[in-house]
Amino acid sequence: MPNLKELSKNAGLFTGGHRACAGCGGTVVINQALCTAGKNTVVCFATGCMEVVTTIYPYTAWGLPYAHLGFENSAAIVSGVEATYKALKQKGQVKEDWNFIAFGGDGGTYDIGLQALSGAIERGHKFLYICYDNQAYMNTGIQRSSATPTGANTTTSPAGTKIQGKVQRRKNLTEIIAAHDTPYVAQANPAYWMDFTKKVEKALKTDGPSFINVLAPCPLGWGFSPNKTIEIGKLAAECKFWPMYEVENGKYTLTYKPKKEMKVEEWMKLQKRFSHLFKEGNKELLTNIQKDVDTKWETLLKKCE
Amino acid sequence: MPRRALTGNEAMAEAMRQINPDVVAAYPITPATEIVQIFASFVSDGLVTTQFIPTESEHSAISACVGASAAGARVMTGTSSQGLALMHEVLYQAAGLRAPIVICEVNRSLSAPINIHCDHSDTMGSKEAGWIQIYAEDSQDAYDSVIQAIRIAETVFLPTMVSTDGFIISHCMQGVEILEDKQVQDFIGPHRSAYSLFGGAPITVGPLDLQDYYFEHRRQLMEAMNTSLTTLDAVNKEFKQKFGRGYDIIEEYKTEDADHIVMAMGSTCGTAKVAIDKMRAKGVKVGLIKLHVFRPFPHEQLKKALSKAKFVTVLDRSDTASSMGGPIFVETRAALYDQMPKILFADYIYGLGGRDIDIEEIATVIEKGEKMKLQGKVEKPLDYIGLRE
Repeated sequence: MPNLKELSKNAGLFTGGHRACAGCGGTVVINQALCTAGKNTVVCFATGCMEVVTTIYPYTAWGLPYAHLGFENSAAIVSGVEATYKALKQKGQVKEDWNFIAFGGDGGTYDIGLQALSGAIERGHKFLYICYDNQAYMNTGIQRSSATPTGANTTTSPAGTKIQGKVQRRKNLTEIIAAHDTPYVAQANPAYWMDFTKKVEKALKTDGPSFINVLAPCPLGWGFSPNKTIEIGKLAAECKFWPMYEVENGKYTLTYKPKKEMKVEEWMKLQKRFSHLFKEGNKELLTNIQKDVDTKWETLLKKCE
Repeated sequence: MPRRALTGNEAMAEAMRQINPDVVAAYPITPATEIVQIFASFVSDGLVTTQFIPTESEHSAISACVGASAAGARVMTGTSSQGLALMHEVLYQAAGLRAPIVICEVNRSLSAPINIHCDHSDTMGSKEAGWIQIYAEDSQDAYDSVIQAIRIAETVFLPTMVSTDGFIISHCMQGVEILEDKQVQDFIGPHRSAYSLFGGAPITVGPLDLQDYYFEHRRQLMEAMNTSLTTLDAVNKEFKQKFGRGYDIIEEYKTEDADHIVMAMGSTCGTAKVAIDKMRAKGVKVGLIKLHVFRPFPHEQLKKALSKAKFVTVLDRSDTASSMGGPIFVETRAALYDQMPKILFADYIYGLGGRDIDIEEIATVIEKGEKMKLQGKVEKPLDYIGLRE
């Protein structure tokens, strides 16, 4: 694994000066991924926050080749780019080795882009897909997605007098992608940069498709102060809401074990999107959320045995 | 030149083999499935060096094509009907990014009700997407036009679709003269694109383009479309000169002394030519204009070609749901609005969902047009052929 000094050499591949919110978790995800991947990387991007804030014409934050088309097709675009690489390499028109990374938010990955991603993985293209999961459609103003956790207040799952935020459970996308027999699948968190870096490195070395689902804390959508992004990320791992693990050719490994017992509500308390759950009469909802987190954690531990 | 009995789909697939694109991304759909299927066997048998991407949908197929094109590949695909409709948003992305992709399209109606047979609703649904549209009359035309399309698309950097009438051309066998592989390669030349992700500089493709630039970029696209007629014409002339056959943007058949013109596209033009011969034998001065290219719309050519016409009978194989008539009618009439003296127009929607049109039916509407011409009045500007009402 490269050390910090080596990683910092690639710091300019994703430059500052873009228009993301202060404390944006998504930009940290991109920066850490690209520092690991290096300059010979083509990035394909789905429409979303990060696409919007990094490429307002005539400016770009990207110091490497980048392509964006639509919301649901970044995995399909990268298929075409990777196929072209093979074709041009065969002809001798491209000589160097290249990495291919497709990015999408949770909306572009869990929801509208799931089909394209499933197809691209099944076809075995050699690429890494990174989902920066900020748990709602933040770009359009915080609407629920299938990644939004139970109970979260969003503009399309508002906490009202009768309904207390999102009723449904979140989709377990990482497991869906693992069920494709994807050679390398992982969950990561920008608060644990070394773990994420190792995962990106492994993913890019995989001879075939790879997928990393990365939590991207969003100050605006989750309701916390911009200087707390990394802390919120850390606590998501500590309370077992966002387990960090990897699946290498079907073998599950937990890559981070929380140091102490922490209830998920301790993490939720720090975010305004869950504040209504702490009102009187909502205790059962919190209990159910805790149960769900515990069950998923136990299931994951069994897989890691 | 070897002559082979080929269906429209086989002819298009054969053109694709000879073009040997860098990337083909496709998804099957009746009646275009065979194009992809035959091409897949070329890949399996090592007859092409193409990277073939069998996607999980047409949306992903065309998205992969745009990704490949942006990366610097010569790219082709095939589709029809619902497949083209599913591609719709990406068709705009392809044109906006000036990706010179070529689609072998087979015209089929759009659902609902579901129907697998020919009309032009599918490609007419994407006529505003910024793609050049070429409509073939038969398999030979389809084969030749696909080869020309590569040159055209890669000269003006606009995506291009060549379409055949579903089943009527796609599945009917015809003698097709096939060029040598080398002749095709020499004609199309090496791939040209406006930019490439592997070109050296770290380019950003598909940025967010707001109020301050979007308008100019769309204007550039429209300008490319406007000026592409010159390229379409030049490529066809070169093809004609090299191989002895070609397809003008508009083909005129017996129009020289005609004051009554029939306009049509696709396979119906063959039938219309026989109907015109029949009416000419009766002394009617009628001729045909075959529109080979619908996008860009050849309005200047039409103004000239229709300058002596007193009456125009338009045959439209799709409707616009505007209650104004089919797309050929609406656009031709708009193009000729300033023309003096006034030309009378009648539009006939025909053949939706694959309903046959025959010589007699076309002869009948020519006769009706003759009457209206004499009366100097069109009673029903929009009517139907072969429809139970």
